[in-house]
Amino acid sequence: MVSTPHIAVIGGGSTGVGIARDLAMRGLDVTLVEQGNLTHGTTGRMHGLLHSGGRYAVSDQASATECIEENRVLRDIASHCVEMTGGMFVKRPEDSEEYFQEKLQGCKECGIPAEVVSGEEARQMEPHLAKDVEKAITVPDGAIDPFRLVVANAASAQEHGARIETHSKVTDLLVEDDEVVGLEVEHASGPGKRVHGTEGGTEAIRADYVVNATGAWAGRIGDMAGLDIAVRPSKGVMTIMNVRQVDTVINRCRPKGDADIVVPHETTAILGTTDEEVEDPEDYPEEQWEVDLMIETLSELIPMLEEARTIRSFWGVRPLYEPPDVGSEDPTDITRDFFLLDHEERDDLPGMTSIVGGKFTTYRMMGEQISDHVCGKFGIDAACRTADVPLPGSEDFSVLRDYMDEFGLRSPIGRRSVERLGSRADEVLKTDGPNPTVCECEGVTRAEIQDAIGQSGSDLNAVRIRTRASMGNCQGGICTHRMASELHGEYDESVVRDAWDELLQERWKGQRHALWGEQLSQAALNYALHATTQNRDNDPAGGDPVDFAAFDTGVDHTGDSGPADVAADGGTPDGD
Amino acid sequence: MAIESEILVVGGGLAGLSSALAAARDGADVRLVSYKQSTLRQASGLVDLLGYTPDGEGPLTDPYAAMADLPASHPYQTVGVETVREAMAMFDEVSDYEGGHTDTNALLPTHGGSIKPTARYPRGAAAGLASDDRDTLLVGIEAMTDFDAPHVADHLDAVGVPFGVRGETIRFPGDLRADAKVTRYAKLLDTNGEVAVRGRNVPAREALAQRVNPLVEDAERVGFPAILGDDNPGAIRDALGDQMGVDVFEVPMGPPSLPGLRLEDRLFEALDESGASFETGNPIVDFDGDGHVERVFMEKNGARIPLSADQYVLATGGLVGKGVESDREGVSEPVFDCHVPHSDDRYDWFDTAVFGDHPFAGFGVETDDDLRPLSADGDVEFDNLRAAGSVLGGYDFAAEKSGSGVSIATGYAAGASAAAEVR
Repeated sequence: MVSTPHIAVIGGGSTGVGIARDLAMRGLDVTLVEQGNLTHGTTGRMHGLLHSGGRYAVSDQASATECIEENRVLRDIASHCVEMTGGMFVKRPEDSEEYFQEKLQGCKECGIPAEVVSGEEARQMEPHLAKDVEKAITVPDGAIDPFRLVVANAASAQEHGARIETHSKVTDLLVEDDEVVGLEVEHASGPGKRVHGTEGGTEAIRADYVVNATGAWAGRIGDMAGLDIAVRPSKGVMTIMNVRQVDTVINRCRPKGDADIVVPHETTAILGTTDEEVEDPEDYPEEQWEVDLMIETLSELIPMLEEARTIRSFWGVRPLYEPPDVGSEDPTDITRDFFLLDHEERDDLPGMTSIVGGKFTTYRMMGEQISDHVCGKFGIDAACRTADVPLPGSEDFSVLRDYMDEFGLRSPIGRRSVERLGSRADEVLKTDGPNPTVCECEGVTRAEIQDAIGQSGSDLNAVRIRTRASMGNCQGGICTHRMASELHGEYDESVVRDAWDELLQERWKGQRHALWGEQLSQAALNYALHATTQNRDNDPAGGDPVDFAAFDTGVDHTGDSGPADVAADGGTPDGD
Repeated sequence: MAIESEILVVGGGLAGLSSALAAARDGADVRLVSYKQSTLRQASGLVDLLGYTPDGEGPLTDPYAAMADLPASHPYQTVGVETVREAMAMFDEVSDYEGGHTDTNALLPTHGGSIKPTARYPRGAAAGLASDDRDTLLVGIEAMTDFDAPHVADHLDAVGVPFGVRGETIRFPGDLRADAKVTRYAKLLDTNGEVAVRGRNVPAREALAQRVNPLVEDAERVGFPAILGDDNPGAIRDALGDQMGVDVFEVPMGPPSLPGLRLEDRLFEALDESGASFETGNPIVDFDGDGHVERVFMEKNGARIPLSADQYVLATGGLVGKGVESDREGVSEPVFDCHVPHSDDRYDWFDTAVFGDHPFAGFGVETDDDLRPLSADGDVEFDNLRAAGSVLGGYDFAAEKSGSGVSIATGYAAGASAAAEVR
């Protein structure tokens, strides 16, 4: 090859950005396209568990071993995305003692640090565990923010020259002389950052090689070139609680089953999950029984969940894949391992490889293997550096500084901002003007919102996943209009209004599964604030004209005011 | 011995206060008990009657004319249009609101930049009417994220308001921290405390006027977020207006809403003047009676205090105020366990669109013509219990913009009817 190969990566989830970062760091030209926001697919819809590998220590030791290796790597390179909560596999009286021993043994065989603690010791660590929990195995599970991780990978890829195009859906694969030579995308709002109301258009992106990292959507990309990629999407529900009932990842110690994990995540705890095969990764039923099952089954481990407040539920679709000859009936039996499908070897169609299956925790390792594979195609001998170079935000960072004083933020907002931003705290939080709080539930300040807008255009959902604004207890009741206002100035009012409407609808989507008790009261309050106080449900802006003259013009105002009698020299609007 | 009164009103929001006022003004011996802060602190402080029909037609110019076409189950139909007028007359007498000079709705700017139809507005909002064609300057505070004046101005322009509108952002004089509460700004202006401006101390109102003045240009009125004082809003507006040579108004805001809190204060004063007694801070947790409420129990410092009356008014609010509660199994009214109609399937309680036709918005008790809650079989639950305000079902106050009006009208009707029973 004379020039640097150009690789097109399809998919802006963890796998796609992991590949893009890796290839870009090895010096290749990379373009990544994603149909929605980064994390739009499965990555944005997971429980945020940084696996220790314990969950696979009996059934799939290869995966377990990979997990513990990558767990250690991510703690290092992505420290600002990880909270090392620790985890436990807890055993109830009816759970099998034999399996408990197998789990312990499996952890040891896979190199996963594991200790047995008594029920009493477990309750000392997690006081809300059920009184009859007999014992537990502690493991180094953690919590990880998938949004922050993916954004940091994309930022790193960009720093190394990659082009990242979100809201750009692949409409076709370009095939010439029986070889994939690129792809055609439909930009929702033109190339670059998304701006509502900007005209979109199609673009042909020619590439020397294409990587299909679209997970549950891999079959659709394959179809465009007549390839059969039989991904078996499997949905799982996750229910978000309004507080952290536990500060440790709690797993049920039994072979397999629904509703067996609680992950503390930021200000919330996430209950998971189910495992149901679905036909279409974008269109499947989200059902009440799944939410009820989470609460009822996990209450066996943590009784207070029965009466606790949930703020929303969401569903994710696992991109499960197994070689055609295995034929598992039950999706829970399908391996969590990943597969690299080189379409030249598999289908006689050179120019593209698909990566399917796999797990979030091992995204980096998957990226490394596929990058090795791609580099091999071009005879490039470049070492992978993604396990050694920290992500933006996790570089040389000390949280010991007094950020509250330094940035004029009150506790706990200063602490939370710095935790989210990591080593980027200086660059983001040092502002000239005051830095008030926009989202009170999550402690997100104007500076962080503005930083996110700078990265993601007018898309408030992209701002949301970067900052957590509107993701707390009130689910945007108080802050959606504030977030919209932060867009104004950079963007016109009509663009802001479209983005605002989109955020309101997105926030409503998940709350619908939590509408009882406190959260129904909250939803009723939000509805009152947005419809009654703001009249956003009947906002005449952009609609039919209003006959203003037909309404009350008030009582007579004449004589109330005289001409301005104060000289216009009273200081400047910006202060003293 | 139970504490006794002729009429006991449970709930201290707009409905409870209207109810207690109406009954006390009719000469009844009234006691009002309320538990938490009312939802007035979350409301804009505007008093809406009816801005849109249940089908979404509007903004309506004449709310009274539209009431006749409401469904029979709507609380306005239950009490009748004439009672609504009487109730609003009482409200006009006890409050210092404007808008009572006409049946026609007013349109006011909202802090989200839209406009909304309302029937009564605080004096402080009067100069901001959207049907007034005077050019307008909106002033936002840099450190206050709830009101972005340039954004609101541009949004109002997109609404098509009949006046020129600009938005400017200033730094508030004085050293208020970035997340200062609305009440902190109000207090500074109420006391007119001195703030440092370019090395010298200036009273806060003067300092604010001086800062805004160079921005006024040819605007004839200037709107601020609703932070202009809690105790002396009129004096503050006058002082600012005089110094800038314009009319000054406030744009109603979300919680905590100063106009809502001011209205609450004003109505409690009126209640005090009416001779009714009231007590706040303790919940009613239980009652005695079968078909007739004998007494209720207030929980106070761990003790159960009995209170008895001839007539009771339930004005505990809706889902927001917790006068209507729910769990995964169903929806209930927690004090008297009155029947609240609802689907057994909680996935029928909402619409999939954020501003869709939400059944939960209509959750509340059904009543007979005398506002007495009905059981599932359609029988009167208690012969001496009436319900008022958001605890009533059958209407969507948020979509209709009818919340305050229904609370005042049904509160008035329930109070008057209870008073008639004890005469």
